[in-house]
This record gives sequence, C-alpha cells and structure tokens, in this order.
Amino acid sequence: MKLIHFSGLFLIPLFPLIGAFYAGAFGLKIHRRFGEKAIHFPTVILPWCSFVVAVAAVIRLATSGHETALVQHLWQWLHFESLDADLAFQMDRLSAVMVLVVTFVGSLIHVYSIGYMHDDPSYWRFFSYLNLFMFSMLTLVLADNFLLMFVGWEGVGLCSYLLISFWYTDVEKAKAGMKAFVVNRIGDAGFSLGLFLVFWGLFGVWTHGEINAATHHETAAVEAESHDGEHGGALSVTSVKFREVERILHDPARREAFTSQHWGGVSLVTLACILLFVGATGKSAQIPLYVWLPDAMAGPTPVSALIHAATMVTAGVYMVARLHFLFALSPVAMSVVATTGAATALFAATIGLFQYDIKKVLAYSTVSQLGFMFVAVGVGAYWVGIFHLMTHAFFKACLFLGSGSVIMGCHHEQDMRKMGGLRKLMPITAITYLLSCCAIAGFPFFSGFFSKDEILWKAFTTGNLAFNTQGFWLWMIAAVAALCTSFYMFRSYYMTFSGEYRGGHAAHGHDGHDDHDAHDAHGHSGAPHESPVTMTAVLSVLAFMAVVGGYIGLPHLWHMPNFFEAWLEPIFEHTEHALHWAHKPLSLEWGLMAFSIVVAFTGFFAARWLYRNNTNPIPGKLVNTDNKLIRGVHQFVFRKYMVDEAYQVAIIDNTIYTAKGLSWFDKWIVDGIVNLCGLIGRTMGMIQGFIDRVFVDGLVNLVAEAILFGGRHLRKVQTGRIQSYVYALVGGALAVVVFMYAIT
Amino acid sequence: MTTSGIGAVVFYALMALTIAGGAIVAFSRNIVRSAFALLATFMGVAGMYAMLSADFVAIVQLMVYVGGILILILFAVMLTSHISEVSVSNKSMGVFSSAVMAFAIACILIYTAVTVAWPGHITPAQPTTAGIGNALLSDYVLPFELISVLLFAALLGGVTLAHGGPKNKKAPEAEDSNGEAK
Amino acid sequence: MIIGLPHYLVVSGILLALGLFTISTRRNAVAMLMGVELILNAGILNLVAFSRFNPNPVGGQVFGIFGIVLAASEAVVALAIVLQLYRAFRSVDASESAEMKE
Repeated sequence: MKLIHFSGLFLIPLFPLIGAFYAGAFGLKIHRRFGEKAIHFPTVILPWCSFVVAVAAVIRLATSGHETALVQHLWQWLHFESLDADLAFQMDRLSAVMVLVVTFVGSLIHVYSIGYMHDDPSYWRFFSYLNLFMFSMLTLVLADNFLLMFVGWEGVGLCSYLLISFWYTDVEKAKAGMKAFVVNRIGDAGFSLGLFLVFWGLFGVWTHGEINAATHHETAAVEAESHDGEHGGALSVTSVKFREVERILHDPARREAFTSQHWGGVSLVTLACILLFVGATGKSAQIPLYVWLPDAMAGPTPVSALIHAATMVTAGVYMVARLHFLFALSPVAMSVVATTGAATALFAATIGLFQYDIKKVLAYSTVSQLGFMFVAVGVGAYWVGIFHLMTHAFFKACLFLGSGSVIMGCHHEQDMRKMGGLRKLMPITAITYLLSCCAIAGFPFFSGFFSKDEILWKAFTTGNLAFNTQGFWLWMIAAVAALCTSFYMFRSYYMTFSGEYRGGHAAHGHDGHDDHDAHDAHGHSGAPHESPVTMTAVLSVLAFMAVVGGYIGLPHLWHMPNFFEAWLEPIFEHTEHALHWAHKPLSLEWGLMAFSIVVAFTGFFAARWLYRNNTNPIPGKLVNTDNKLIRGVHQFVFRKYMVDEAYQVAIIDNTIYTAKGLSWFDKWIVDGIVNLCGLIGRTMGMIQGFIDRVFVDGLVNLVAEAILFGGRHLRKVQTGRIQSYVYALVGGALAVVVFMYAIT
Repeated sequence: MTTSGIGAVVFYALMALTIAGGAIVAFSRNIVRSAFALLATFMGVAGMYAMLSADFVAIVQLMVYVGGILILILFAVMLTSHISEVSVSNKSMGVFSSAVMAFAIACILIYTAVTVAWPGHITPAQPTTAGIGNALLSDYVLPFELISVLLFAALLGGVTLAHGGPKNKKAPEAEDSNGEAK
Repeated sequence: MIIGLPHYLVVSGILLALGLFTISTRRNAVAMLMGVELILNAGILNLVAFSRFNPNPVGGQVFGIFGIVLAASEAVVALAIVLQLYRAFRSVDASESAEMKE
C-alpha cells in the first residue's frame, strides 16, 4: 500500500471539535446574549467544512492510483516496546466512504436540527454534543491504529449516552441513556478483550522463535521493499496500526504461527474475532445486546437519525470490514457474525411488525438492517456490507427525519394510531418518506434494492462459513426478514400518511411523554402542519440520495460497471484469495433477483391491503381477537419477545439478588465474626481496665501531674515572639560551634 | 576551581551586589525598598551559580526566586502594608543585641571558611543540566518524589489558608445552570 | 587573585548573618520572610559551591534545587499565613499576634 502524506486530514475531525468546544464552553452565554443564530451558524457550518475537506481528500485519494492511502501523523502517543500507537490518521478507500457518509449525512442532520430543536432551552448543548459526536465518529473512521479507533469508539458511545438522555429531567429518558451506556460497556469490554487477544497472539508470533528466526530475514527483505520508508523497514514485528497488522498477517509463515495458537481449545483468532464482534453487537445493536437501541429513541429525533441509524450504529460493521483480514482467518467467527446478523434481522423485523410508536418501528427496522449488514460482512462480502451501510444511511436518515417532521407536526405525538391523513397536510414529508420506504423495502431501481439484493445473493453463494449449507439458510432467513421489512415500512407509511387525521386536538396531544420541551411554543393550532424549510430541504436531499444512491453499485448481472466494488477492491483484494464463492448459473441469479422483487411487492401489497386509509377492519380484529393463541402470540411479539423482561429476570434481578445475598452474608456472617471478636476484646478490656484503674492509673496520674506542673512553668518560655526563638536558636548553634572549636 | 583575572572582577562585582542587596534588606526602613533589594541579592547569587558552572541552578534561581517568590513577597507587601505610611512600614527592634549576634555568627563562619584547608577538587567546567536530569530520575528519585509531595501539600496548604477558614467562606457560587436556566 | 571555595563561603556567611539580623530585628512578618529567604540563599549557595569542588558535581546541585523548591513552598505557606494574620489583626506585626498563644 502506497502512503501519501496529506496534511489536511486532521482538519476533518478538528472542525467539529472546534464547534463542540465553541458551543460547549461558551454556548450558554452566547445563546442568552445573541440567540440561536450565534449557536447554529458556526456549529452547522463547521461540519460542512469537514465535508469539503473530506471531498478534497477523497479526490486526492482517487487520483493517486490504485492501492493508496492518505496518512497524516500528528504526534507520537504511546510507544512501548513494539506497541506504537500514534495520533495518526489514515484515509484509505474504506475510510473515505465512511467519512463521506458521516460528514454528508451528519451535516445535513445538523441543518435539520436547526428547525427541529428550535426554541429548546438547551439548544447550545445539543449542537455541542452533536459536533462532539461528529468528532468522535470521524476519529473512529480515520484512525490508523486500534487504540485511536477505540478512543473514537468510546467517544461515540459517550455522545450517544449524552444525547439519548438529552432531556435528562425526564427520568425515563435518563434511564434509556443509562441503559445504552451500560449495554455498550458490556460490548466494549468484549471489544477491548478482543484487542488484547489479537496483540497477545501477534506477540506470540514474535516470540515463537524458530519460525521467525528462519523467515525473519526474508520477511524483513519483503518488508523493506513493500514498505515505503515510513519506518525505514523497521523490525516492528507487532504493531497496532491496521496496515501493519494486515501486512504481518499477509506473510504466510506468520499467519500460520498466528492462527495455530490455541487458547483453552479454541483457536485464538476465533476467540479474538468473536470478542471483537461482541463489541460490534454492543455498538451496532445486534442480538443479544440490541436492547438499548429501541430505548434510545428517547433522544431527540435528529439524534436518532444521525447516531442511532446512519452512523454510530454502523461502527460495528465498519469495524468488521476494517478488520476483514482477521475475520477472514476464522470461518467459525464469520459464521457467528453472519448467523447473528441474520437472526437479528429476522427477530427485529418481526418485532417491528406490531409496533405503534413510529420511532420504535424505525428503531427495530434499523436493528434489522444492521443485521443485514452483518450478514454481508459475515459471509465475506465486505464491500456489500459497506454498500448497504451507505444506502441505509441515506434512506434510514430520511425516514427518521421524516418521522421527526411528523412528530413535530403532530405536536409530539409518536403513536401512529393517532396520526393518519398527513399526506395532504405534510406533502413533502410524505413524498420523501414514501421514497425512502420504497428504498428500504427493496423496490427495483431504488438504492436499497441493489444493496439488499447483493447481500442476499452473496449469502446464497458464500463458501466462507463453517458449514456448507449455512449460506442457504442465511438467505432464507434474510428473505423472510426482507418481507417483514417491506410490510412494516409500508404499514407505518399508510398508518401515518393515508386516511383521515385521527389525532384531533384533544389536550394538545399531551399524554405524559412530551411535557419536557419548548416546542410547544410554535403554536397549538391543532391541525398538523408542514415543517420549516430547513427540515424539508434536508428531507428532499436525503430522499434523492435514497433513490439514486444505489447506482454506484449496480449488479454484475446487468453488465453495468460497479463503481463501488471497484472503489473498495484494493482494500479487500488481499483477503479475497481466502474467500470462496459458489458458482451458480446466471438463470438462478436472475431468479433470485426476481424473487426478492416479489418479496418486496408482497410486503407492500399486504400492508396496502391491511392498512390503506386505515379502513380495513382486520388489524383491529386481530388485536382484539378472543382467540387466545393469536392474542398470546401477538402480545408476545408486541412486547418484544419479552427480552427486556427476560434480561430483567435473568441478569438484572440475579445481580441484585446476588448483591442482596452478599449483603446478607456481610451483615450476619462477617459482621457476626467481627462483633464476636469485638465482644471478646471488650471483655478482655474490662478485665484489663480494672487492673489499669487501680494500679497503672496511679502511676500515670503521677506522671501527668508532674508534666502539668512542668508545663505550667515552661509555658512562660513560649513567648510567641519570634525574635526570642531566633536568639535561642542562634545562641545554641553558636555555643555548639564554639564548643567544637574549643575541644579541637 | 580557580578563577582569576576578569573572573575575579566579575566575582567581586557579584559579591558586592549580593551583599549590598542583603544589607539593604536588613537595614532599610522602607519595606518596598527591602523587597527590591532582595532582587539584587537573588540576581547576585544567580550570577555566582553561573560562575560555579551550575547553569541549571542559576536558571532555576532566576525563575523561581526572582520570578516566583519575589513576586509573591511584593504581593504580600502591597497587600498588607498601608501604602500611605510606607516609609515607616518596617519597624525594627532589638537592634543592638541582634547586631551582636549576627556579627558573632559572621565572624565564626568567615573564620572557619578562611582557616580550614578545604579539599579542592578541580574539574573542568561543563554543563550539568543533563546530569541533574538523570540524577533526579535515578539516584535522587525518592527525594524528588517527596519534594513533589511536599510542593503539592504546600500548594494545598497555601490555597486553604489564603481562602480563609470556614468563617470567611463566601456563599457557594451559583449552580451550573446547564441549560435549564433559561 | 584566585577565587576559590572560601570566597563563596564568606559571601554565604555574610548573607546568613544579614538574614539572621533581618529576622531578629524586624516586626513586619513579610520582612522576616525576606530574612528567611536570605538565609536559604546562603545555604543553597553553600551547597552549590561545595558541589563545584566535589568529584561528583551533580549531587549538591540537585539538593540546591530541592532547597529552592523548599523555599518556594515555604514562601507560599508563609505568605498565606501572613495574609490570614493580616485579615485577623489588620496588621502584619508578628509581635502583635503573640496574643494568639492563649
């Protein structure tokens, strides 16, 4: 890989950091004195500056040859033995995609927030956090080593927490933030353990002695030529830089040494990858750690769109793609990733079928789509995962922002049963929402179609998993999940936008969960209204991207150029030789494509039949049926498979019981022993006290009396005048010196 | 080490500066003048360090004494003296007995310095900063840590004392309003 | 003329005597503090001078630096005390505050 120094790279994360500092440190004063404009102008323009720099960097990258990366080394951070973490950024083609998505969607959402957060008393805090998030996310994707990436990883977790519990006076929202934080901690623990294992393993390669002693000279020679003088062909055998680790593992002897290590019967690399993936499940809301994401909808809607749909939650996918050279070494780990992804995709999609809260629907949809991405990276189709990540960022951000627009229009009503008929009242929102629905459902020629179809095809043909037929089952599960996706998305569309408005203006829609904010300021005229232009403009841009975003990655089947795959090819080509794809006839590929189109339309027509204009009585009957079985199943799914309750019973309660048990043990057993000791001591003390009083005290009192007497008289020496002390001091010293002279 | 010629002239100049400064500190009736004379003394002593090829100590002397302690003292003088009656701000007492004592001390010390045959080990002058740095982190690392702790304790003590005990405590500052204030 | 160790020791001795004189005659606490600084300077000058005539010149200088740090800490605490005294008695006359002893 050719490294090109690009000195503007640090500006990309720096701009949002400046904004975060500006709004965070001075925001309150500025907000009070100069109003909202003084807050949002800098903090919205700075992310756009990042975007401009990012575009410049990407152009530089694209024009500089095939296998290149832009790097910038800012300063040395930690150097210890062979650990070499620096504050250094690296933009290769994978990072470039992420940076473009993050800065573009992020900046758009900043613009949207101007309208959405209008009149919020903590306006400045919101923009400060949002900028801080951009900074962390850009650090994450631009990091050139594991440790810096971990810094970004934790940074986005922190911002997520801060923004979920943004309206922290509401206990429920504060709790949702805490839940996200705690669940993410579990994942992060796995992630850091995985990192340690990787380096432990690599270090093992180093200390493996003979293997390397023999190959060392050749590899050093190889290094020297493949290496472009950044370290001058140094013998840094381990490193925390991504490209160094990849290079080390590229050497067959070292790869062999690395993969042959076992720990407790499990291959080290599998264990490390699974632990890293645990981190990804935390951040990217996969089974079993997905529970925080639906609750995270407590945050403001732009946050849900930016952090919990478009960018942060995709960090796990990015991480797996970034570490593809590790994951490719372990078919078991890849199977785990793909299976978890598929299971999550289906599981979350079924929950989404019955939700009434529009943001909850979208949240489960996000979880499900993330599952698709993990299927893609799990089966070895890394570029497809990133492709879906990108298209998903566009259409899901658009959906979330559209829902935000709806929620705002309906005066903070999130229940879809109280919406309806909004198409006439909020036309732009409705159209953009519909376009994004088409994209996510996988209608042909919309962006989601290309990426999702590619995922299904790759899952079908994969040969990189631990079991041969696994790909087929993954495909089946993913297809069912796609069906559900299409259904619930159009269900949400029809429930929200078609038919008649059901909200009324009874009690201004205040039913307890929106008493926090100041949005109420802009009128409670009753009828929903279209949102301000900053919001609708953003929606339009995102909807446009949701429609056309897929054209950079057209399927091979159509004999069209696939720019996206070509763009990412240099990143993954070294891993490519480890991957196998089954060769299936073209007719089958056409057939599967047709099948997925049928799936998308089936979901669409089912939703249209059941929910259009909200006149079809079947859904209502289904909910209120007397049939116990149907009712039970519906309730079970509606209440999210009781996972939260199960966690409550299985983990949280047990933790609390354990704590209580330990407390009991402490109180009765430990304290009992202590008290017993105390009792013995006290008895002994009483006996001794008797002796003491009679015999010892007499003596002591005598001494005390003597000292008191002496003190009363000596106190007169203590004059409090410093001069007398000086005289005494110097006089004494003089006496000693004179005495010494006298005796010699 | 021996110094002669121009070195000796410099030494005597520094000596004059130092002792004259010290004398003004000791005898001046104006405390502001005393404080500025202290500056002369510190500079003179720093010059002597430089002559003793202790370059690092000389710089530290300049930075800490002249830049830090002296400023503090001046601060204290300005804060505590009634500037209007500054001319008599430095009352003395017990001058005679003190003079006798100080004179005795000076005599004994000078006598000792002049009469004892000091072992003179002469090494060529060389910069010692690197050596001091190494020594601080190797041989003298324990004293170094202890002195750091001491400095920290002094810092805390200074802050606590200057802030004034519980009786002087002002009303707690306004709570961080964190956005809820508006 | 040759400048050797005794010369420095003489300067240091004179500084010490001046410092002692300052401490014992002044009633202003700040002025007494200045005396203390003179004495400390005398001591550090001794350390540095001796170290110059020692095979290992570093040790004395290190302790000279420690001495300077001590002086700084001492000045900080002492001045804080002086400020408190001034607040309590509206005066920095050390002899007046002797009433604290009761």
